[in-house]
Amino acid sequence: MISLAGRDILHSWGKFVFTGIGLGLLIGVTLTMAGVYRGMVDDAKALLDNSGADLWVVQQDTLGPYAEPSSLYDDSYRGILTLNGVEQAANITYLTMQVRPAKDQRTAKDVRAMVVGTPPGRSGEPGQPKHLIAGRHITRNHYEAVADLASGFDLGDRIVIRRNEYRVVGLTRRMVSSGGDPMIFIPLQDAQEAQFLKDNDAILRQRARTAENPTLNRPGVLDAVIASQSVNPFVNAVLVRIKPGHDPERVAESIRRWKRLTVYTRIQMEDILIAKLIATSSRQIGMFLVILAIVSAAIVAFIIYTLTMGKIREIAVLKLIGTKNRTISGMILQQAIGLGLIGFVVGKVSATLWAPIFPKYVLLEFGDAARGFVAVIVICVLASILAIRAALKVDPAEAISG
Amino acid sequence: MDRYNQGIRIEGLKKRYGTGDTAVDALKGVDMQVAPGEVIGLIGPSGSGKSTLLKCLGAIIDPSAGRMTLGEQIIYEDAWKIPDLCALRRDKIGFVFQAPYLIPFLDVTDNVALLPMLAGRSNRESRQRAMALLEALDVAHRAKAMPSQLSGGEQQRVAIARALVNRPPIILADEPTAPLDSERALTVIHLLEEMAAQFSTAIIVVTHDEKIIPTFKRIYSIRDGRTHEEQIKTHP
Repeated sequence: MISLAGRDILHSWGKFVFTGIGLGLLIGVTLTMAGVYRGMVDDAKALLDNSGADLWVVQQDTLGPYAEPSSLYDDSYRGILTLNGVEQAANITYLTMQVRPAKDQRTAKDVRAMVVGTPPGRSGEPGQPKHLIAGRHITRNHYEAVADLASGFDLGDRIVIRRNEYRVVGLTRRMVSSGGDPMIFIPLQDAQEAQFLKDNDAILRQRARTAENPTLNRPGVLDAVIASQSVNPFVNAVLVRIKPGHDPERVAESIRRWKRLTVYTRIQMEDILIAKLIATSSRQIGMFLVILAIVSAAIVAFIIYTLTMGKIREIAVLKLIGTKNRTISGMILQQAIGLGLIGFVVGKVSATLWAPIFPKYVLLEFGDAARGFVAVIVICVLASILAIRAALKVDPAEAISG
Repeated sequence: MDRYNQGIRIEGLKKRYGTGDTAVDALKGVDMQVAPGEVIGLIGPSGSGKSTLLKCLGAIIDPSAGRMTLGEQIIYEDAWKIPDLCALRRDKIGFVFQAPYLIPFLDVTDNVALLPMLAGRSNRESRQRAMALLEALDVAHRAKAMPSQLSGGEQQRVAIARALVNRPPIILADEPTAPLDSERALTVIHLLEEMAAQFSTAIIVVTHDEKIIPTFKRIYSIRDGRTHEEQIKTHP
């Protein structure tokens, strides 16, 4: 038996292909939206993976350090190191800000980045940059930086963070914040200073205020108070790696109990990032997906309906010469599915081609593509119902009505 | 009259549209018979019931009463006696229209071969049948052409081939010569006569076309919902 749908598509292939391309671009946008969400989740997981930690110790009753502000004394890690099951513990600070190149640098643009303060260390230690692809780790306590490729900085570039200049000594790949911003690692002491750095006028005013306070302006006391005001003894979190064979939950419980701090395991931290930090964004994307699916369905229904209405005379003739309703319904259904297939292929190719151009990571997963394919086919089948109903109502007498 | 027993016989066929006071009797008792191999004309003014009769004969609408017999088989007697009217139209009735109404996305061969395929015949056999008819109708050289590439006359020949391909006992032709000039109109009628003789098909041609009316041996005139066998022409 001839495939009536196939012949019709071949006969008016231009109409089908161009309609399919239009639909495909819409499907491409839908797949990209799903990819944006997957990218956000993957960025969040990459952030956790790259931290090299099994536990995150943060300020009590906060969801820090990524979802809420958290500060704890920078000597907390010493006590944590003494607990059973703890192998390594490292201070860490996070500060999202604009990082600009030094004035004489070729790179003109500043970049939104997550500045990570970490003590000089070696690869594999908690908080140290992973995936170093060029250069070296930070080895000094001041003015060195390791930047992610996505920041656009190169080895040897000088960048400005607050009032200080840093030389880029290493480059990483895929070290991003949960928001997709590239990470720039600097020494912990510099990061602590940068977090609470005031301008000179503010420092002068604060010193004057302190000096005017009679309780503090006493020999020996004033200098000590001013000195304590000019340093920042806080970090945002302590990253903990536990010894092999120890249960993360038990070690976390021990830290909670003895150090009166809040501790999150990997699973809990992932939950915070995905279920809380990017929850609104994911709902937003979910709404977009639903709207795009409805729009796609409406477009497919409209196109198939219009194509069918354009063939009323042929359908009447087919019915008159004895074509069964099943065959006519099959023809319309196959055309709708054909349109969906063209659209899906165009959409998948488009999404794959334009995903790398997006400023943030777009992760196109096979599972999403497979689900998208099923959704497209289901939408096409549902969308063809309207056209099938119209076709079945066609009176064969229309063929002989002149 | 034996030969009419093998063709189509219509007795007291009635068709009423609507009910009650607004009911309209389009057919008030049509009697006609056409023998296998015979081509008859069906004429009448607009609104006389020609189209209604054609639709009843083509199993497109339900008559209200009467009897239709195809060969030995009663197909309608106050109700359809054949459950699958779709199959009846496909296998027992051929249609030729005023315009060819070929399927624009099928080439000439497949336009003709589609019917046997719908009837369950293999693609190969269907295409062989189609080619044989296209050769008989002298359009085999356009077998791979699309309908839009054919002239009006060629399209009408292909439409005739499509009507004949399932070898139906009856063909209903609705104004098949209306868009053609006299010469081509006569050619089409002669072609129908040839095909009717060759395939023993009864052909009913509905027409207004004065120039072809004299070519029919028998003519039924329909007036006010009733048929009258008006003229019997003796061919030399």
